Amino acid sequence: MKLKKEFLVIKLVLKVAFLLSLFSLTGCASLSIEPWVKPYERQNLADPIMRLSRHPIANMHVAHVLEAREASRGADASGGGGCGCN
Amino acid sequence: MLQEGVVVVVIKPTVRLLILWLLSAISTVSEAAVLEADRADVLYHSYEGGGMKIDGPAILLRKKATEAVAFTAYYYVDTISSASVDVLSTASPYSEERNEGQLGAEYLYDKTIMSFNLRQSDEDDFLAQSLSVNVSQDTFGDLTNLSLGFSYGDNEIKRNGDESFLAQSEQYRISAGINQILTRNLTANLRVEAIADEGFLNNPYRTVRFVDTSIPSGVGYQAEIYPQTRNSLATKLSVSYFLPYRAAVFFHYRYFNDSWEIKSTDAELNYRHPIGDEFEIEFKVRYYQQSQAEFYSDLFPYKDAQNYLARDKELSDYDNATFGIGVTYLLPKYLSFENLRSEATLQWDYIDFNYNNFRDPTSDGGVGNESLYGFSANVFRAFVSVNF
Repeated sequence: MKLKKEFLVIKLVLKVAFLLSLFSLTGCASLSIEPWVKPYERQNLADPIMRLSRHPIANMHVAHVLEAREASRGADASGGGGCGCN
Repeated sequence: MLQEGVVVVVIKPTVRLLILWLLSAISTVSEAAVLEADRADVLYHSYEGGGMKIDGPAILLRKKATEAVAFTAYYYVDTISSASVDVLSTASPYSEERNEGQLGAEYLYDKTIMSFNLRQSDEDDFLAQSLSVNVSQDTFGDLTNLSLGFSYGDNEIKRNGDESFLAQSEQYRISAGINQILTRNLTANLRVEAIADEGFLNNPYRTVRFVDTSIPSGVGYQAEIYPQTRNSLATKLSVSYFLPYRAAVFFHYRYFNDSWEIKSTDAELNYRHPIGDEFEIEFKVRYYQQSQAEFYSDLFPYKDAQNYLARDKELSDYDNATFGIGVTYLLPKYLSFENLRSEATLQWDYIDFNYNNFRDPTSDGGVGNESLYGFSANVFRAFVSVNF
């Protein structure tokens, strides 16, 4: 079935995450590629205006409004049944 | 069963990854991550469009018990008054209320954050309960954050006016994500989520229509019949960029497909800009489009035309566009509660829905030749946030 292929993709994603963790755990990362943005260079990224979850309660409402009216779901940190959309 | 295969596929590597991350957290000696700050949000929301009016309050609380443990609580109410096109064609307008509650806990150990969340959504005719577990870990000099999540949900479906009707469905979710700092101004986030549903998946009130020349109206109605399983996969890429004059731009792209042969894409662009020290404005543009489910039809040629039948407009070929604006006012100290940093925000989204294979049965033109349905909605959110 077509979706079997897609779940193989998920399995692949998990394996990549596993290998990345292994990479970090063994310290291999420090032997080859150094983190190229140092902690003291991250003030722009730490600015509140850069936060995706700047307004978490609003994000939850937006996700709920869309999930109740669109067939797609997932990968946007929302979730759960019940929509009040009969 | 494919469903069982999905669970095996996701659980085995998930457990292995969790163990590895825990080992990594124990063995790592470096600067620890921190939990997000305490906050309280109180919101009023309103949605009006397509004959539906939905509004109500929501509250979100977040409090650290220690530097390593935090708790969250969320309460949300939908008060619904519906005279939508689905309702008008086969039933009478109705009103109902939906209550949702969530309780969560987070535990931080060095660079690993484990979070647990319980959720319940309760309507007269629908009870949804779910449990989710997420683990995330900073790695590679904190340039990379890896996350993994699992969720199980159980739904109980009833039908008002029919005491004998009771159905159930279950949902499994597995997600994996990577957040990567690319430059001092640019980050990217890739998230993949697979969802598997099993059980009663259609709306117990909705019907399909079919050509029936034996009655004067020429159209008959019968209940929808959906497959008992649905498996989907969504992949989302988000990019955040800090502009040199202190503003931020965000881009999101998501691709979705499922075993009902629905494919969708959506793209969103956000721009956030501070004005002075007290205001922030935000603009949003989003476009979404989807293809229809393989068993969807606006008008079937006769009764029981196929095994599965759907005329739910959310399963038809359609697109929508959103235009949004938001303003945040960072309250001065004399207006803030207990001198805590507080802000008030107002957001407005205008959404335009266009259905390409769903006709408005209340319009003229004759059965199967009515005008295509479309509507617009206004969505408002007004909320106050207190950080402490």
